[in-house]
Amino acid sequence: MDFSSIRKLITRWCAGEENWVDTRTVYIGNKEPPPGAEAYIPQRYPDNRIISSKYTFWNFFPKNLFEQFRRIANFYFLIIFLVQLIIDTPTSPITSGLPLFFVITVTAIKQGYEDWLRHKADNAINQCPVHEVQHGKVIRKQSRKLRVGDVVLIKEDETFPCDLILLSTSREDGTCFVTTASLDGESSHKTYYAVQDTKAFITEEDFDTLQASIECEQPQPDLYKFVGRINIYSDRNEPIARPLGSENLLLRGATLKNTQHIYAVAIYTGMETKMALNYQSKSQKRSAVEKSMNAYLIVYLCILISKALINTVLKYVWQADPDKDEPFYNQKTDTERQRHILIRAFTDFLAFMVLFNYIIPVSMYVTVEMQKFLGSYFIMWDDEMFDEELGERAQVNTSDLNEELGQVEYVFTDKTGTLTENNMEFIECCVDGYVYVPDAICNGQVMPGSTSMDMIDSSPGPGGKESEELFFRALCLCHTVQVKEEETVDGIKMGIHQNKATSFYISSSPDEVALVEGMKRLGFTYLRLKDSHMEILNREDEVERFELLEVLTFDSVRRRMSVIVRSTTGEYYLFCKGADSSIFPRVISGKVEQVKARVEHNAVEGLRTLCVAYRKLSVAQYEETCHLLNSAKLALQDRDRKLAEAYDLIEKDFVLLGATAVEDRLQDKAADTIESLQKAGMKVWVLTGDKMETAAATCYASKLFRRSTQILELTTKRTEEQSLHDVLFDLSKTVLRQHGSMTRDTFSGLSADCVDYGLIIDGATLSAVLKPSQEDSSQGNYKEIFLEICRNCSAVLCCRMAPLQKAQIVKLIKSSPEHPITLAIGDGANDVSMILEAHVGIGIMGKEGRQAARNSDYAIPKFKHLKKMLLVHGHYYYIRISELVQYFFYKNVAFIFPQFLYQFFCGFSQQPLYDTAYLTLYNISFTSLPILLFSLIEQHINMDILKKDPSLYRDIAKNSLLRWPIFIYWTFLGVFDAVVFFFGSYFLFNNSTFTSNGQMFGNWTFGTLVFTVLVFTVTLKLALDTHYWTWINHFVIWGSLLFFVIFSLLWGGIIWPFLNYQRMYYVFIQMLSSGPAWLSIILLIVISLLPDVVKKVICRALWPTTTERIQVGEHTHTHTNTYTHTHTHAHIMHRSTSSHFTSVTPASSRELIGLTS
Amino acid sequence: MMASSYNAKEEDRHQPGATGHVGSGTMTNKMPDNTAFKQQRLPAWQPILTAGTVLPAFFVIGLLFIPIGVGLFVTSNNIKEFEIDYTGVDMSSPCYSCSQSYSWNNTKSCTCSVPFSLDQPFESNVFMYYGLSNFYQNHRRYVKSRDDSQLNGDKTSLQSPSKECEPYRSSDKPIAPCGAIANSLFNDTLELYYIDPNGSRTAIPLVKKGIAWWTDKHVKFRNPSGNNNLTVVFQGTSKPVNWRKPVFELDPSDSDNNGFINEDFIVWMRTAALPTFRKLYRIIQKKPNNMTPTLPRGEYILEVTYNYPVRSFDGRKRMILSAISWMGGKNPFLGIAYITVGSVCFCLGLVLLSIHYRYGKRNSADISS
Repeated sequence: MDFSSIRKLITRWCAGEENWVDTRTVYIGNKEPPPGAEAYIPQRYPDNRIISSKYTFWNFFPKNLFEQFRRIANFYFLIIFLVQLIIDTPTSPITSGLPLFFVITVTAIKQGYEDWLRHKADNAINQCPVHEVQHGKVIRKQSRKLRVGDVVLIKEDETFPCDLILLSTSREDGTCFVTTASLDGESSHKTYYAVQDTKAFITEEDFDTLQASIECEQPQPDLYKFVGRINIYSDRNEPIARPLGSENLLLRGATLKNTQHIYAVAIYTGMETKMALNYQSKSQKRSAVEKSMNAYLIVYLCILISKALINTVLKYVWQADPDKDEPFYNQKTDTERQRHILIRAFTDFLAFMVLFNYIIPVSMYVTVEMQKFLGSYFIMWDDEMFDEELGERAQVNTSDLNEELGQVEYVFTDKTGTLTENNMEFIECCVDGYVYVPDAICNGQVMPGSTSMDMIDSSPGPGGKESEELFFRALCLCHTVQVKEEETVDGIKMGIHQNKATSFYISSSPDEVALVEGMKRLGFTYLRLKDSHMEILNREDEVERFELLEVLTFDSVRRRMSVIVRSTTGEYYLFCKGADSSIFPRVISGKVEQVKARVEHNAVEGLRTLCVAYRKLSVAQYEETCHLLNSAKLALQDRDRKLAEAYDLIEKDFVLLGATAVEDRLQDKAADTIESLQKAGMKVWVLTGDKMETAAATCYASKLFRRSTQILELTTKRTEEQSLHDVLFDLSKTVLRQHGSMTRDTFSGLSADCVDYGLIIDGATLSAVLKPSQEDSSQGNYKEIFLEICRNCSAVLCCRMAPLQKAQIVKLIKSSPEHPITLAIGDGANDVSMILEAHVGIGIMGKEGRQAARNSDYAIPKFKHLKKMLLVHGHYYYIRISELVQYFFYKNVAFIFPQFLYQFFCGFSQQPLYDTAYLTLYNISFTSLPILLFSLIEQHINMDILKKDPSLYRDIAKNSLLRWPIFIYWTFLGVFDAVVFFFGSYFLFNNSTFTSNGQMFGNWTFGTLVFTVLVFTVTLKLALDTHYWTWINHFVIWGSLLFFVIFSLLWGGIIWPFLNYQRMYYVFIQMLSSGPAWLSIILLIVISLLPDVVKKVICRALWPTTTERIQVGEHTHTHTNTYTHTHTHAHIMHRSTSSHFTSVTPASSRELIGLTS
Repeated sequence: MMASSYNAKEEDRHQPGATGHVGSGTMTNKMPDNTAFKQQRLPAWQPILTAGTVLPAFFVIGLLFIPIGVGLFVTSNNIKEFEIDYTGVDMSSPCYSCSQSYSWNNTKSCTCSVPFSLDQPFESNVFMYYGLSNFYQNHRRYVKSRDDSQLNGDKTSLQSPSKECEPYRSSDKPIAPCGAIANSLFNDTLELYYIDPNGSRTAIPLVKKGIAWWTDKHVKFRNPSGNNNLTVVFQGTSKPVNWRKPVFELDPSDSDNNGFINEDFIVWMRTAALPTFRKLYRIIQKKPNNMTPTLPRGEYILEVTYNYPVRSFDGRKRMILSAISWMGGKNPFLGIAYITVGSVCFCLGLVLLSIHYRYGKRNSADISS
């Protein structure tokens, strides 16, 4: 390399790339660069080992423990345990140590197992053989030994071991096909290109001679972004620099298809591959239930501390009299006496904390986690959410949010592929105002060539024929569709010539496939891309060849794509197709008016329209274009921006050819689903990139807007006429006036039926509204006014949205004062941002790949499955988990409060009421399974009714079952029960005998009596709350009571050799041998359960919720035999007494007509 | 744990079915198994608590509880119980002087006689209790201050008692039985005399067998084995500080009631639940001929050997005579509670009935329309 080239490099370096330091230089084959090249700085790269496991054998124990104790609850229990170990505490450390140990062990085993699986998978990957080219020979080595710079040989159907730059392929044109199914789920074959200058290196020996270096950015996780440059040092000593883009980069995890073999060089290895970088999971989402759970925990922590404080203070008040502190029969040891009063007080406080610590149960966390984890299986198992067509069932990526599905208030849905099938069908095209409709498929076969088209507006003008054919050619050329041939020999020719479906089109965009297929029906068949030539079979069965020079790929900002081709006659054409809004401004001639009218007409029909335009390029123009593009492509920095600028310069001065219309049919039951969601009180917003008219048409079709809906528009069209300020205020006035009159109706609970507003807003206006407030203070208020309007609209349509704007909208609603729970659903990569932003993100396993499904919390095959997901599963899980949480607090109050009361009768000496075994096992075995199973299979209402009557969803809206009043009710119920248990036993024991042989019972019998009543009451309370008694419930509820009895018999039946005390010996059996003990157990259970039953019954009778009414209805329905007789009578009764009642719940009663009759 | 094992079972059951579908390949793998459990459609009983369904339960509870309560109450009222406080707090009380001159080291015991009269005769077996109040046998330091393996006859524990026994673990030699509970053994002796109308005193025979739990006496408490001579067995141990005599002299007359298996000792070792408690002391068995009552009406004298000091902590000592029925001693609480709950249930039943008539119809009508 001579001096000039270095200077050239330096100047290029200085030209604008000074800041670009985050690069790596890779020498292909790890060969020293030729002398004189840039200084060779050996860089250290990780080896190609993928480590998805978290732990190694050695660090598992400490690391896992550390991770577990980072959770606040575990840490709390650890502290309690340590306190028990250090100070002299009332209960043995086992009581809290054992459950903690249990929890930690179970979690550790689970995580260890998962990690072991990961290790196994890692090993399998890391040890799989790869072929490396070294010194002109192919050697096999383990994948993990691959280094950056190694040249590897990949054969067909092999998976790439790391991120590679494609150097050459077995195909002549230097392309290879790759499927990225395991990365993003897209099964279509994608084409990747070899570097132009290394295409010729096709044998191992060739690569020995290749001297080149690659400069590229440091690894970053974006799968679709890559910028780099390859410098090839040939004999001329002048390095040739070539740009590298994502089309040259083969990603780890993708598979080579339809290509015999390729050579490629490793640039990112091991943990630096894009796939590995994408392992980093998304941020944790926490459900509303979890938040209230934590709030409750804090309340209970306060209760715990105040209990301990009260008892400590009372203890010292009580002990002020030395005869009480140290009566002759109960002396202290000398060391105890000598301890400082403050230390004594502090240890006493800690001891009380330990005594009462069970009020915050360790097992609640385990149970909640198990409930969520196991519960999510029901979603995956659900038959009704299985899609035959795709062969897919619902998929749960995070089980933490099951109950959040029952709390959704806002649904943000994508349109294309979510509401609609994303199954495009070419409907018509319009060339210069003449409309062509291809005939439908005949006998299952496309009839090409035949003139089977209707000319609605016949007699094209003299120039018509020409522009018509140009239009068809444009559509045949301007796309990125691939022809996938069947694997048979000369399948291509066979397939297309005989018109058998042996070859078909594949593309990442279904619109393009529809268009190309539409063209086929109109007589122009796209055959293939061969040697950079696109071949078209025209109507006369002649093959036309166009050289494909450039592809200006589609992106969602430009909303158009172009190709530059050279015809056989040597003319250069630029064909462009894109959204009308991005084409029309760039058109200089053509029948714009007619086409525009047709486009608008089609858009209103709900069709997706595209406009097609072209521009003839002179040779000079073409060269200029090439220059523009190449300089942009070569840029290493800001390449995207520079490309966009170049595209902008190139795509102009178009001649309009015409427009196409493609229909995207609504998904099955999409309208029904939306209607149900609205009835369930959810606000449905459609966020789409489509244009307003199309989107609005879809909204009408899917019943998001109804005929009665008054549409408010907040679009650029309107803001052009009026200022944004005025428009906003106008709208808010209309809405608020209506809202004022509405409030009177709202208390009936079903306001949405009364007034219907639909808002349409477009992306441009939205960004104006959301623009952060500048110096003008009124600007800042737009957001609030906008929110106010939105909140009063039952449906909102946002069109022309960029992906990021979708997320912005979600964020806006999320952060509005009421903090509603949001759900985002979408199928494409453009929905990922909003899926990640929303409280619950749902992905649809659609045609646009699996990106949305991968990033979502739940993935479902079809939009219609959302209905069951929310109305049934969400509802159930919310009911279940809220009962679980409340019940856990209840049962622990009832458990610990008697112990607190007992302190008043034992001189505040921290004497535990229950035996150690009872303290330990209460939460982990006597009362754990019934609630866990309840929280897995409870169904308060039949699931068919939940689906039929979406308004039931409103009953649980706004976290209604975990509100403070309900929490306080449960807590008081727990306290009441505790008081009953304790004082009931107290009066029985107080200075009296209750055996028939005159013998007396001691304090452990007292505790056992309380505990027995406690276990029975708490379990029966759950039994009373259970609405759905399967055999599992019976088994678990009666089983755990039986277990308690058997355990107690056994525990007291033997002198346990390993225990240093035998206080429970025969206590339980002696207690059962006394008649009054039986009588009092029964009595106390009845008293404890009575208030709750009475409250339930009276509330149900006097103020029934919709849910409860349905339950009764369901109940009577099951006993219809006797009911039909009284039916007419009841009907008359109803007419005469409470006719106003029907108007309150029109929805639910309407549904029920079908039920009872 | 339950759930997972259950799932496994489901899977197993389904396995043959799944392999039956050959050919559809991946479809079958992803197709959810259509079992009732997985589809959450297990057959289930779906009860609902409505006024209508709960009503009968309330009436049944009411109708059951009230008679039981009345029965309990009547039984409890028929049980005779007599209680006398012999602490000697008042100057006038016969045990006043004894209660004043207290010292553990007193070798000479103080006795006092408390006269009392029974208005009604006691039939059947009569149980004699001593009662203490304001005595915290349930204090934590006290409750744990014992060594169960020592009491169970373990030789090593006999020589080195548990640390829990501190400060009553050893004096110079290890203490047997160790601990605060044993140390504070109730050591008053109570004797009953019947004053015949002619003035002569007849001692009433007091049986000391059967006052402790059978299992305690025969299993939980055991003398260290090896030698029938307890004096030898307990060699190398010292008596608890407050005791007058060592453990092997608790009842020299009866080897089955001596040492750790002395019933008075066992009764004391069962710590009471509340600070006011009673413990069974003796049983007065009914006369074999059944003609005369166990304790006829008339004058009695309670002879107390006053050893146990309670004045320091404001305690009281009582002697209780009580008959026992099938439901234990006199305790009106249970009967009253049953009657109350029964009647509350009954009243609630009535209230619910009216609610049911007023609103229940409306609801079902509303549903059916």
